[in-house]
Amino acid sequence: MEEKQNFQTSLDFNQNIFKPSTRKEIVEIVKNCYKKSIPLEISGLQSKNKIGRNFQAEKTLDLSNYKGIIDYKPEELYIKVKAGTPISEIEEALKKNNQQLAFEPNDFGYLFSGESNSGSIGGVVACNFAGSRRFKVGSVRDHLLGFQGVNGKGETIKSGGTVVKNVTGYDLCKILSGSFGTLTVLTEISIKVLPKPETSKTLIIKNPHIKKALDYLGRSLSSSTDPSGGVFYPDYFGKNFILNDLTHDGGLTGIRVEGPMNSVDQRINRLSKELALIDNEFSVLDSVQTEIFWNKTKNLEVFKNLKSNLIRVVVPISETLQVIQKLKKDDLNYFIDWGGSLIWMAFDQLNSKILSEIKEITKNHQGYYTLIKIEDDFKASADIFTIDPIKYKISEKIKKSFDPKRIFNPGKMYTGI
Amino acid sequence: MSSLQMPKVDSLILSKKDKIVSDIGRIINPKNVLSHPDELRPFETDGLTAYRQMPMVVVMPETVKEVSSILKYCNDNKVKVVPRGAGTGLSGGSLPLEDCVLMAMGKFNKILEIDYENRCVVTQPCVTNLAITHAVQDKGFYYAPDPSSQIACSIGGNVAENSGGVHSLKYGATTNNLLGIEVVLMDGTITKFGGKAMDSEGYDFLGLMTGSEGLLGVITEVTVKILKSPEIVKAALIGFPTIEDAGNCVAEIIAEGCIPAGMEIMDKALTKATNDYSKAGYPTDAEAMMIVEFDGTEHEVEAYIKKAKQIAEKNNSSSLKVSKSHEERLKFWAGRKAAFPACGVLAPDYMCMDGSIPRGKLAEVLREITRLSKKYDLPVANAFHAGDGNLHPLIMFDANDKNSLKKCEDFGADILKYCVKVGGALTGEHGVGIEKRELMCEAFNDKDIQQQLTIKVALDPNSLLNPGKVYPILRKCAEEGRVHVHGGKTKFPDIPRF
Repeated sequence: MEEKQNFQTSLDFNQNIFKPSTRKEIVEIVKNCYKKSIPLEISGLQSKNKIGRNFQAEKTLDLSNYKGIIDYKPEELYIKVKAGTPISEIEEALKKNNQQLAFEPNDFGYLFSGESNSGSIGGVVACNFAGSRRFKVGSVRDHLLGFQGVNGKGETIKSGGTVVKNVTGYDLCKILSGSFGTLTVLTEISIKVLPKPETSKTLIIKNPHIKKALDYLGRSLSSSTDPSGGVFYPDYFGKNFILNDLTHDGGLTGIRVEGPMNSVDQRINRLSKELALIDNEFSVLDSVQTEIFWNKTKNLEVFKNLKSNLIRVVVPISETLQVIQKLKKDDLNYFIDWGGSLIWMAFDQLNSKILSEIKEITKNHQGYYTLIKIEDDFKASADIFTIDPIKYKISEKIKKSFDPKRIFNPGKMYTGI
Repeated sequence: MSSLQMPKVDSLILSKKDKIVSDIGRIINPKNVLSHPDELRPFETDGLTAYRQMPMVVVMPETVKEVSSILKYCNDNKVKVVPRGAGTGLSGGSLPLEDCVLMAMGKFNKILEIDYENRCVVTQPCVTNLAITHAVQDKGFYYAPDPSSQIACSIGGNVAENSGGVHSLKYGATTNNLLGIEVVLMDGTITKFGGKAMDSEGYDFLGLMTGSEGLLGVITEVTVKILKSPEIVKAALIGFPTIEDAGNCVAEIIAEGCIPAGMEIMDKALTKATNDYSKAGYPTDAEAMMIVEFDGTEHEVEAYIKKAKQIAEKNNSSSLKVSKSHEERLKFWAGRKAAFPACGVLAPDYMCMDGSIPRGKLAEVLREITRLSKKYDLPVANAFHAGDGNLHPLIMFDANDKNSLKKCEDFGADILKYCVKVGGALTGEHGVGIEKRELMCEAFNDKDIQQQLTIKVALDPNSLLNPGKVYPILRKCAEEGRVHVHGGKTKFPDIPRF
């Protein structure tokens, strides 16, 4: 519906933090900020607010009160929620119908504050970080069916809907996913949900060597056993997993298989044969342990309360080994997800020289990095996100088309955007 | 051509046709610049054959640099450009304009790289969808999205339209199977979005370009994901005494947690037509017929087929047959895939519509289509990608009768409006093009459309790339009272309206 142009102001514009509970209020705040060119920091549940460049914003638009499930139709496989709705609330509702968010949103709470905080759906869409099922089911952006939001002029806009197939107009769901709140304030989000698999098991292979691990992962992902997760944890992380059926505490490769019970057993057997594993070389986690293992992975629990820096690197699978070898320093701790394509790297020491080296190496290997956690004194000068000059120019134009006065999270991704 | 309004013809550009032809002939091999009416004729229409228009000139670049130089030349000289792939689009997305340069990408027809390690294929845009699967199937891989026209449609066109297909229920549409593209913007800028990695830096331009119907850039290279072929595939052919029963069966299969690879429903009219045409062994007495297909490992498929059978029986299925061999499964599909030619036998012409609806609204929408069919006195047959709610009514008419075409278009528009009304979308996989352009105001309000137009203007300030497509030409929309115009003034006078 069209917004009314002149509704009564109920908000106190002298405050620095706005906590609206209606869309009308959000529109009012943005219109006011647009008129006065006041930069706004968009925030949700503070789970990922430390990701991104430092920037100055006079006011904060806190969406944590703008929450709640608007419409959930399990048989239509979607849920429509307000942007500030906690992921935990959504997952709870889905669980009752044996459904899930298949993209497994990362929980960055452990990393930043030592305890779970999976954030809000708005934040998850804004960051577009997906968990281990990425290579099978896609990222957050692949599950966003539609949204309603408020652009930088205070106009309510929408795109997509609640049906899976929809090619009406430009797919703005995609451009908003991963835009870190720099284009539009999301208000309503319709997201695809999927049935939970009947069961799941994980093949754990004892193996400390990355080369061998990437070979296992590559072969599994190219097999018809259809795995839905593939990780490698080097030796130093092995001790982080204490599970009944995990028979060793060193480096490990984990491959998850999901589906009907018979089929999962059949595929796990087949995988162990295809990978030519001998009996004492592997163990199999049942569904309970599987859930624990993959939750720990998506929640980056091996980096709980990390004091040092964390970098997220995405490269084609064929490049992973070389990237690791080139970046291997004494203080590097890493693990690999997405069947080999995602590398989480923790460095004790990070400076601009090392960072430009990482940038160069990931670029040369057709990938990119995002600085997730970084020491405060280095943060101001570091490139948190990478971009090439042509895409920067296009990004500037797109930013302007949504937010002409640059009031939303200005500079959070790049200077000038 | 029917009365559809297209962007104003620039007579100055038309008067400079010879100069434009010779200028472009200096940028690319002049043999690849066509301007004689006999040479232009094959390009006058695409898959939406009710609309025809000869372009001013056709260019067939061979390299990305040529594409860039032509676009830059056209941008500098304010010449409109319409990109074209294989020309199979059903919404008129590559319908030429009288004063346009039609950029036919047919010479970009090579697969550049097959990379099994990263499970992707890098290809030029005019390689056909099916050719990608053919190139990798000996190693047991395939490319998942399978639009019905996959034997002829180009992968670049698939990207431009975000094409789906029978299997997009489980495997997604083009946008979910695409890793990267190389694209040339209207000002000649060449850039790549995405690549072989699963994600890429910054804003998701790959996602924005996918389904943008040739309005934002010309695609010159495509990188797609390939998947390992499933171990086995089985299909069940199920008859139902009512559409409601079939619809309920679909909803329950999904709710039970089985995601089939494909789930199709045809109504009685189409079941009969396709069975007569292809002798597929369909239950022609059933009011609705469903093909449900599962893929995966043997145990997985058996478990799902068993569950689907139980659900079908619970929903009063009148017949049920499970494929016993690869050949039998293909036979099940043969009829469905012959839906178009089968309708061709029944009427001189047909128009394939493409609405998307919530699965639960199937019976209601089909009842409305039956009502409209009587109202407009035109026969209709319905095919339905039931799993993902994508409806394809085939309206039969006679193109030689102008009144019949008009009635057909009005009928189609009413169906799509109804799809939007029940919470669906104007188009599930064919795109808006010119066909559904005037209906955009049913799905979006002025602000939504202005936001999209602002993006268009950001990348193509003179609106030269494929103008007149997707977004309503303001005058028409205003006439229909859908865009708010006050005192003859529009709200955003600085935005070009094509």
